[in-house]
This record gives sequence, C-alpha cells and structure tokens, in this order.
Amino acid sequence: MERFTKLTSTAIPLPLENIDTDQIIPARFLKAIDKKGFGENLFKDWRFHSDGTANDQFILNNPNYTGSILIAGRNFGCGSSREHAAWALKGYGFKVIISSFFADIFKENALNNGILPLVVIDENLHNLFKAVEENITTKFQIDLEQQLLKQVDSELAIKFEVDAYKKTCLLNGQDDVDFLASIKNEIEQFEQNRIAV
Amino acid sequence: MRKTLFDKIWDQHVVKNLPGGRQVIYIDHHFIHEVTSPQAFAELKERNLPVFRKEQITATADHNVPTKNQHLPIEEPMSRKQVTTLTENCNEHNITLYGLGHEKQGIVHVIGPELGITQPGMTIVCGDSHTSTHGAFGNISFGIGTSQVAQVFASQCLILQKPKKMRININGKINPMVTSKDIILFLLSKLGVGGGTGFFIEYAGEAIESLGMEARMTICNMSIEMGAKGGLIAPNETTFNYLKGKPNAPSDSKWEDAVEKWKQLYSDEDALFDQEYYFNADEIPVMITYGTNPGMAFEVNEKIPSAADSKALNYMGLKPNEQLIGKKIQHVFIGSCTNARLEDLKIVANFIKGKQKAPGVQALIVPGSQNVANQIKQEGLIPIFEDAGFELREAGCSACLGMNEDKIPAGEYCVSTSNRNFEGRQGPGSRTFLASPLTAAAAAIYGEIVDVRNI
Repeated sequence: MERFTKLTSTAIPLPLENIDTDQIIPARFLKAIDKKGFGENLFKDWRFHSDGTANDQFILNNPNYTGSILIAGRNFGCGSSREHAAWALKGYGFKVIISSFFADIFKENALNNGILPLVVIDENLHNLFKAVEENITTKFQIDLEQQLLKQVDSELAIKFEVDAYKKTCLLNGQDDVDFLASIKNEIEQFEQNRIAV
Repeated sequence: MRKTLFDKIWDQHVVKNLPGGRQVIYIDHHFIHEVTSPQAFAELKERNLPVFRKEQITATADHNVPTKNQHLPIEEPMSRKQVTTLTENCNEHNITLYGLGHEKQGIVHVIGPELGITQPGMTIVCGDSHTSTHGAFGNISFGIGTSQVAQVFASQCLILQKPKKMRININGKINPMVTSKDIILFLLSKLGVGGGTGFFIEYAGEAIESLGMEARMTICNMSIEMGAKGGLIAPNETTFNYLKGKPNAPSDSKWEDAVEKWKQLYSDEDALFDQEYYFNADEIPVMITYGTNPGMAFEVNEKIPSAADSKALNYMGLKPNEQLIGKKIQHVFIGSCTNARLEDLKIVANFIKGKQKAPGVQALIVPGSQNVANQIKQEGLIPIFEDAGFELREAGCSACLGMNEDKIPAGEYCVSTSNRNFEGRQGPGSRTFLASPLTAAAAAIYGEIVDVRNI
C-alpha cells in the first residue's frame, strides 16, 4: 500500500451531506476486473449531463478549484460497500477526504487504499468550508504523525483522531494482508481450540 | 458481566487483541460475487498467497447478470468478462460456485439463508453492504470492501474495531397491512441514514419475535441504510424451524446439539447497550420514501414536509406539501435482497390475483434466486403474475442497482421493493419510491401510488 505521511494542498469543498457511493461511482461503471480507470467516472452523473456534456455548475468542473483534499458534508460514503468509490477518488487524485463523519465501510476502504478519511467536528468542518469559500487558494497542511491539520498562513490548527493501528499502516505503507499473513500460526491455533470446545 | 447477543458472538471470534483496540476477528463464512471479488483474487496472485480456507467460501453471480436468457452467453462484453472471471477464479481456487444456470444460483443474501449456510452464532462477511441480511438468524454479518475480501481470502480473518451496541425494541402488535418493510422504513425515518453509524443493532421485542424469517431478513437487510455495521435478531423456534432440513444446515445427528447451542444466543436480561430505542408496533404505519435516501420516508398518505431537502425534491420532481397518493408511476420493481423471497412474492400474488396491471405500467418481478423461482412455480403463482400482466424474469439483483440492462429510464417513477432510492440508483435519472411488496403491487394495479389500507 502507498504510504501517507504529510500533505500540503488546496481543497475542493462539496458541502452536501450523505453523499453515497452510488454518486461517487455509479454501478454501471463497476464492471472492470482491475482497479484502473475509475477516476474518470468519479461523480459521473454530477459532473456530466446525460448528453455527455460537462455540468458547469458542479465544482469539479470549475478550473479554479484544484487540490488533492476533498471536504465533504457529514456521512460521506454511505450506501454500497463498493471499494470502487475509494479507487475512483484516488484515481482522480484525492488523497485526503475531510468530513464530520464517514460511513463505516467507506472509511475502511479509504484507509485500505492509502486515502486518509479525516474526521473533524461539525464546527471545524464549517470553518474549513468557510476558509475555502473566502479564498479558494487556501492551502492546508496535514501531518499524520502529529495528527494535525493546519491552515497554511493562518491560526487554524485542528488536532484530529485516527485509529492507532491504521495510522501505523498508513505511515509505513503496510496493509492488513501483510499483518494477517504474518499471524497465520495463531489463526490456525484459534481454529484448533474452537474444534476442541 | 452480563452480555449482549452481539458480545457473545463477537467474543467467541476474537483471535487476537491488538494494541490500540483493534481485534483480529475470525470469519466463519465468506460469500463472494462477481463484482467485488476479481481485484481481491488479483491481490492474492500478486502476493503469491493461497486461499486460506476455500471450504468456508460460497460464490454466486448475481449483481451483473441479465435476467433474461440466462442459458445463453451474456451479451454485454464487460459483464460477460466479469462473470467469466468469477468462474475462472473459483475453478482455480476450488471454491464452490453457484453460477448462472445452477439451480442454487441467486442473490447472495437470498441463497445463503435458503441453503442453510447462514446459521445462528456465526460471523459472515461478503463484499456487499446488504450482508447485514443474514443477521436475521442471530449472527454477526456485515459488508466489506474488496481489500477486506482479499484479507479474508488470505487469512479467514479481519482486523476490526468492535462496534458499539444498539437495541431497537418494538413491542405490541403490528398493524394490518403493515409489513416488515414498513417497519424498517419507519425506523429509517426516525433514526436517519447516519443514525446507526458505529453501531451494531439488535432488533428485539414481541413485534420482531412474531415475524417470520423472511420478514426478519428484510429488516436486518436495511440496517446498513441507517449506517449500522449490521443488524441481528436473537434466534428462536421460528429460526430453528426455518433452518431444519435445509441442505447446509446441521444434519440429523448434529441438529439437536446445534439447537442447544443456538438457544444460548440471546442478550442477557440486564446486558448493557450503548443506545436503546423503544417503539410500539401500533405507531408504525404503511410507509413509502419520497426523497433520495431511504431515511426520507413517511406514512404513505402524508404530505411532503415543507422543510424537505430541496435538492432531493428537485431530483424527484416533487414539491413540498404535495401528497404521493395518486402520483402516477411508470414502473414497479419487485425484487432485490430486501424483498424477493417467496413470502414477498406471495403477498404480491395474493393482491394481484384476478386483477390487471394498469396500462402503461411496466411491472417487473425478479425472484431472489432460482430456488425462489422454482417455489413460485410449485405454488402456482406464475399464471397469476402472467394474467395480471406482470413480467417474470430470472434471478439476480437487476433493477435494484441498475448494473445490468434492467434500468428505469430518466425522469420516470418506479415503486420499488428494493433498498436504495439514491439519485440514479436504478439507472441515470431514475426516480425511486421505496415501499413494501404490497404497496408496490397495488401501485402496479392502479398505476399510481395508493394507500393499501383504503382498498
């Protein structure tokens, strides 16, 4: 897995709540058998009209907004378990998603793909939206080791929580398969003990 | 300490505690399908790892299969490739596959229970969020991503943070014409689509206990729509009676022992939950959704709230204070892992018997499995569907997620027995009203949304 340590970037705000994974990547694009190319279809039906032309109203089509941080409303990634949503966000270039809470499966999928789902309280989420609204070139600095999100050239600094195990995984670029394969003997022992009961 | 049902099962599956609070949890059964497994098999290959416990995996093709002419090769090249890849992977790793054409093929959450693979006390996962369905049998079942599918392939384990525990108690007697779909839509309208996030839900109370297994599955199925990790119901005689004699259920000599063990699966009297809700069944009416998530639901005869989400109403072509009763619809979809089992289709058949669907309405019935398709044949329901002008298809997920060609055209309305009314879920621009099989059947006959209590 790709490592995640630090990132400095501008951010793209998407202040909608309950963004489900069907919006992130519609089901008709789930037919591939590899992880490539999903970025092209990220938010497909919000980015494009049914005739294929770009929807100018949608923020990802506004060239003034760039960056590898997505700031979204609460309950981001709800609905389907499709990891294709994480692959699409990653493929498009997002490395950090900030929200006030994430749907459970999406959060795990993001972490398993080196994307940091960064949880802030509602008030801070509001402040981040406001900062970008006031100046779209606002940059944010994220330091996973320190668990710190800072607005560059500003006082705003937010300490964030992250699962200790997943933090280590992200910092070292190691994943659960590596770890689970390393404790195979213990898993076999568990199976033996269960049979004995 | 007194334990909840969830604790009892979870604690029996802890292989190892990790620093920081995560635990290695053993998975008893792993269901896979064509859409979320190919990248996981590729992952194994890249790392040169074998499948650790192939006998604890069951595969089927359901999400991306046509519901017509399943005996012929799949026409759409990418879908064909995805389904073929599943077959190749299962052959290579010697995994049991109930593929297209197999008598046991069907929606993964329909076949697990009907084959008796799904049993009380287990841990069950699948790369599909509606894996929560299986919890109806009193087990811990939940959906996972593809990376986790690879983890289970490699080790039969997952590294998890234990969720918090919620109990939803529904006491009293269920109102006439109210089905388990109405119950879960009611709960969604109360708790919202994020109300269960971080929790595993136990459904309890006499109203829940009175439900048959298929109705229980409908409730557990939509636990994920509240954001919950999963939902479960303590097993009782109804559960045991359902499982008895199923192909994969414990055989004669082991049956009594299994039931004895399963009878221990309940929440202790003073077990502590992190959150608890109480409802009375008589406050639960016939429900329908009006918006673009399953929490935007209300009593079928209500007016759309004036404070309803304007983006959702815009998408749906609806206005505040508008009533859905009398709203013309063009499609009815009876199917999905939520409501495509025999009981659901019997409800539909009973209602439409001797009636005709309204002109201009396409009414699609997609059985949850080949087995369900055979059951409706044996029960003599097929002529009822045909005489009423309903179109009966072959088993699969179909228009629930619009991955195959079964899509609702842009701008048109569909009353659907499925689980999600998200924008574009049933096809780009499709507009979905989620409801029970009874309300869906009535909509097909009248060509509009009706209150089944007034018929």
